[in-house]
Amino acid sequence: MTAGNPHLFEFLLRQGDNALVLGHRTSEWCGTAPALEEDIALANTALDLIGQTQLWLAYAADVEGAGRSNDDLAFLRDVYDFRNVLMLEVPNEDFGRTMARQFFFDAFQVPWLSALQNSSEQRVSDIAHKSLKEAQYHLERSAETVIALGDGTELSNQLMQTAVNYLWPYTGELFGEDDTDVAMHSQGIAPLPASMRKAWNDTVFSTLNEACLTAPDDPFAHTGGRNGVRHTEHLGHMLAVMQTLQRSYPGATW
Amino acid sequence: MVSAQAFTTEQVWQWLEQIADPEIPVISIVDLGVVREVRVNDNQVSVVITPTYSGCPAMREIESNISTELARRGIQHLNLETKIAPAWTTDWMSDEGRIKLESYGIAAPEASGGPKRCPQCQSNQLEKISQFGSTPCKAQWRCLDCLEPFEYFKCL
Repeated sequence: MTAGNPHLFEFLLRQGDNALVLGHRTSEWCGTAPALEEDIALANTALDLIGQTQLWLAYAADVEGAGRSNDDLAFLRDVYDFRNVLMLEVPNEDFGRTMARQFFFDAFQVPWLSALQNSSEQRVSDIAHKSLKEAQYHLERSAETVIALGDGTELSNQLMQTAVNYLWPYTGELFGEDDTDVAMHSQGIAPLPASMRKAWNDTVFSTLNEACLTAPDDPFAHTGGRNGVRHTEHLGHMLAVMQTLQRSYPGATW
Repeated sequence: MVSAQAFTTEQVWQWLEQIADPEIPVISIVDLGVVREVRVNDNQVSVVITPTYSGCPAMREIESNISTELARRGIQHLNLETKIAPAWTTDWMSDEGRIKLESYGIAAPEASGGPKRCPQCQSNQLEKISQFGSTPCKAQWRCLDCLEPFEYFKCL
């Protein structure tokens, strides 16, 4: 049974909000990327993520059973109701940080979605199966781009190293563990995020090495996004833009 | 009025084959593998479709085109359902669809991950420009012989 399972609702919000917040951030590049091909690639990546958001949040809305839709969850919740990891809400800054963030996220999503294909919940498994194909394609591109920029010019290397240093303290939250994670694990719905650590490390360290970049040797991790306790100041600004239409014209439809 | 037995499953499939993909109008939604199932029970018709990519913006138009076309054919009770499992794959594209794509100038998907030949001059001297293209299902490539850029339907 899914109805009346608050941990499942929370879990689904986390999946949907990660895809939504990164999808929106990525879409901010539309029309302003450094080259036409990159502009198109970023917009397509954003589109995949928004598509995945619709699947996760529609499921979350069904589990909640309060008559809300996936659009209601996306456009009518406030900052502290969001359950994305903090790394995904910080500003794009530049192309280097955008691609480094995409890479750190993709390197998590590929093993994570692979594992979710075996979920005891059929609908989780179906969404994971669909999303995994897209995540694998994203990882191929983000890893290649991190290498091309890291092992590029002196300037591109320096900008990528700055991006890695900035993002690194945010990566630890991906592997967080609380009551919801334990409940999902014990119900066979999802593995513990911490069990993705080895696969993530393997991908990340080998890619950074190839990219002539180094990971900071500091285990400190910012937390608070995936449980909604403490978002950064940036999410509210992002939502103000993303939600403006529904906030200004409540109930507007196509 | 159309009587209850006026159409068969085969006929509905044939009608759906007349509906073009909104973004690649040279192939039909059946060639593309987007239509997964058709069931006819008395005068109730059920059609199951699946998105190519989860964010494919053409899905709403495809749904609306199916409803319009089948209503025009006299089907009054249509149950149109979207399913994401099993996940769409380019393996579901028909052979006819592949041929139509190539003659339209879009290289067909290959398991090797890249186009087999330039759809313009058939050369196999090719290079990738970008992993993404004008729609989520395509990438951009260039022919090193005729120098024409072309689109490649990504293998998924």
